[in-house]
Amino acid sequence: MISLAMILLASLFFSGIVLRTKSLVSGRKGPGFLQPLKDVLRLLRKGTVFSETTSFIFQIASSIYFVSVLMAIMIVPFGLSKGLISFDGDFVFFAYVLALGKFFSIISAMDTGSSFEGMGASREALYSMLAEPAFFVLMGSFAMLTGHTSFHCIFTALHFSSHVSYALGVLATFVLIMVAMIENSRMPIDDPKTHLELTMVHEVMILDNSGFGLGLFTYAVNLKFAMYGAIIANFFIGDVPWYFAVLVFMAVQVLFAVIVGLLESFTARFRMAHNATFIFTLTSASLLIFFGVLLLMGKFI
Amino acid sequence: MIYWDILPAFQYPNIPISQYPNIPISQYPNIPISKMTFILIYLAILAAALLSVPFLQVRAKGLVTVAAVIGCALLSGYLAGNALVGNELEILLPGTLVTGGIPIRIDALSAWFILVINFTMITGALYGLQYMKAYREQTANLSLHCIAYLLVQSMLTIICAVQNSLVFLFAWEIMALSAFLLVIFEHQKPETLKAGINYLIQSHISIVLLTVGFIWVAYRMDSYDFKAISEFSAEFGGANSFVLFLCFFVGFSLKAGFVPFHTWLPYAHPAAPSHVSGIMSGVLIKIGIYGILRMILLVKTDFTVLGYFILFVAVVSGIYGVMLAILQHNLKKLLAYHSIENIGIIGIGIGLGTIGIGMNNPLLTTLGFAGALLHTLNHSLFKSLLFFSAGNVYQATHSMNIESFGGLIKKMPHTAGLFLVASLAICGLPPFNGFVSEFLIYAGLYNGLGGNSPALLLALVSALFGLALIGGLALLCFTKAFGVVFLGTPRQHFHQPQSEAKTGTLVPMYAIVVLMLAIGLFPGIFLEALSAPLAAFQAKMPGVENVAALPENVGQMAVNIGWCAAGFLALAGLVIFIQQKMVKRTPGTIAATWGCGYVGDASRMQYTAGSFVRSYRKLAEPLFSIHKKKRPVEGIFPTDGWQETHPYDKAEAWLIDLPLRNLKNFIGKFQFLQNGNPQFYVLYGVVFIALVILIPIVMGSIEMLIKFLNQL
Repeated sequence: MISLAMILLASLFFSGIVLRTKSLVSGRKGPGFLQPLKDVLRLLRKGTVFSETTSFIFQIASSIYFVSVLMAIMIVPFGLSKGLISFDGDFVFFAYVLALGKFFSIISAMDTGSSFEGMGASREALYSMLAEPAFFVLMGSFAMLTGHTSFHCIFTALHFSSHVSYALGVLATFVLIMVAMIENSRMPIDDPKTHLELTMVHEVMILDNSGFGLGLFTYAVNLKFAMYGAIIANFFIGDVPWYFAVLVFMAVQVLFAVIVGLLESFTARFRMAHNATFIFTLTSASLLIFFGVLLLMGKFI
Repeated sequence: MIYWDILPAFQYPNIPISQYPNIPISQYPNIPISKMTFILIYLAILAAALLSVPFLQVRAKGLVTVAAVIGCALLSGYLAGNALVGNELEILLPGTLVTGGIPIRIDALSAWFILVINFTMITGALYGLQYMKAYREQTANLSLHCIAYLLVQSMLTIICAVQNSLVFLFAWEIMALSAFLLVIFEHQKPETLKAGINYLIQSHISIVLLTVGFIWVAYRMDSYDFKAISEFSAEFGGANSFVLFLCFFVGFSLKAGFVPFHTWLPYAHPAAPSHVSGIMSGVLIKIGIYGILRMILLVKTDFTVLGYFILFVAVVSGIYGVMLAILQHNLKKLLAYHSIENIGIIGIGIGLGTIGIGMNNPLLTTLGFAGALLHTLNHSLFKSLLFFSAGNVYQATHSMNIESFGGLIKKMPHTAGLFLVASLAICGLPPFNGFVSEFLIYAGLYNGLGGNSPALLLALVSALFGLALIGGLALLCFTKAFGVVFLGTPRQHFHQPQSEAKTGTLVPMYAIVVLMLAIGLFPGIFLEALSAPLAAFQAKMPGVENVAALPENVGQMAVNIGWCAAGFLALAGLVIFIQQKMVKRTPGTIAATWGCGYVGDASRMQYTAGSFVRSYRKLAEPLFSIHKKKRPVEGIFPTDGWQETHPYDKAEAWLIDLPLRNLKNFIGKFQFLQNGNPQFYVLYGVVFIALVILIPIVMGSIEMLIKFLNQL
């Protein structure tokens, strides 16, 4: 319960910090921290325009996408307290429920019959397919290290082991940040502020969404960022009292948001053709973690 | 000499074939008469239906077939259901002089497969009843089709129940032949006939391998009973057993469709009528899985090595199948390649379970085999549903080319919805059934990571990588299939108007969806049903005793998944409800899709299936042979341009086409012998006779010469 509340809280200002960082870096003052949230609220109140090509898929897709992210968030624990949902192998459910949301966002883009949105859908499907093994191998490594197969148990057991696990945590953080950037279609993969449909991934998929549906899609991005932030935070919280844990959690979230802002300010987007290679490299990084764990446990021959 | 019409049956332990018919009748022990009655009624229904179908009116043919299918399914289902809750059936029929005793054993594993087979056979028959109305004039052809359908069903049941290798082979052969007849229903099309014959030849290679395996055992042990197989492997040791298992494995793999024995599937499935594709992909290939599982129960060998082997083949099959599926343009061919992928997933489960047996790890065994068995059921459900939906599309448009569809969801909303549900399930997404079995396999993989041997860890992490990749690729494939076929606007104009399929076809499809949702929401019940077959696999571990077939935490896991799925559905329903309220609150607007300022007809500009997977194709190109033909748009006044891609299976090119070409070349060298000139043929006859006469004479004189030389 506490993790759900914390992640929801973090999601409120996450995009604001990213935007503010980017503004400051580029020498502008930038909007307030809560401006993205106000935009979402405005969208939720607005009327909706439907394309005549669309069917019921388009009408339910944004809700299902939103709920899939919400379900995934419920699984993420907070420090020593479990998430709302916790059982052995819950991270498999986590990944698959996110994939369900993605399935619907892809077919809702196909539903409009637009050539732009088909393009975005094709890219999204390919990139998320390539990112999948990285996450599973990463979790597999930690399952092996700790001997547990649920988020909560893995994170709890992780802190009781040696300091080397923190080192692995850093490498895992890199993989998770990159997975978060891919999942949210952010900088090295996709530029959310690009002006040309041909170079978009996520933004082009929701071109025909408006009003409430667009609001859900937009807010889901914030939620997803906060969710990955929470997972990363869990690597570093450790066995500490709750007030300290809350502080660490918030610090990690803010730091994550600043990193995202900096990444977006100082990196250029890859060529589309190079994205696939880059994403597959992440799997190698998680394999590196796997071998690291093997070494740690002395299971290497 | 068949006794069972006089005498119901009797139970008897293993008796050598040679002594068999000599046992006095008075020595027959007491017999479970009621169960035998079931079998007799089963055979009576089957015989009555087979004999009456050719002489009936067209309408009645279908109805009688469906009634017989349901009747037979209920009877065998009753026995199987009983076996699944612990009352396993074992009847030893006296059999004949040739076959020896025919043991009928419906144990938990057979029972599970009989139930899986019969459910899809019923839905297939119901769907076929409506589907075949389009071919009403071909009465003779329909009779043959009905008979073949009945035979396939009964033979599949017999294969699961009978444990005499000769009878097993007979049933296997009849099943293969009837399935061939089912495939070539539209035999006037040359490609259908070609696909059918391709299937027929490959099934016979499978039969040859099975025969070799069975004969080897029968020769050594003097018994056709399956129990002889375990005695064989107890007596002749691990290496012999391993080779024997390999022989069976390849034979059964040819049916199941593991890579590289899969090449018949992508031809046979599209050629067959849709309900036949549904049952072929749903249950016919599963009989191969049954065979493999049965052999694992029978042989005794180094299960760890065996498990690694199966795991390797399975991961390769899974990835290879789905990678090729994505490239297909024919909807049914795409689904056929997905069968290979799902057989791969089932195989990963089997491999895990086998490793579990080898390492004395009960949890791994349970999770692996539970995942495999449940995925067998799941795949039979969603794959038949997909093929039935594809059949609806085919009857509405008379095309299977994905590129020509688009926007069918508006004309066929039910079919589209059903296809969507099946697509979600086959991608393993919650809240449907596919997720449950994939979850069990994942759980097995993660639990196995606690092991110590580096080989095991490497195998598991590659399986993990493979399974995750398969999931992602399936998502890519089915967003393509569903999105291009049903969504957007039509890409091609069809001459006939498309309309929703008849209720008769939709009812069995919705029945499948109900079962799929039941598995997704209440997986605990189905896992409970699996505890008896799992116990059989647990019993293979010598060191482990008194372990619950279904550990507490696995059952708890299943209940949790069910709750999460239900919670997801409830939450999604709530948010969709709120969204609908909010959308209705403000006046809605209907407008054209945003086209960057372009307002003309954009249906030809939509993303096609080919363009949807273009970036993927570029990545995968080195692995497959993709033939591309194109005419680019050129010049100041370009006329037209087009591009075609034809993906081709490299495994087929190397393993089927190349040897075939070499064989043809070799045999072609002797073509001059068959020159069509009668004089030459007479000459061959004369030469033959001359040789027959001359050879003994020449040999005789040589012998004489040697003797003479010896005497010198």
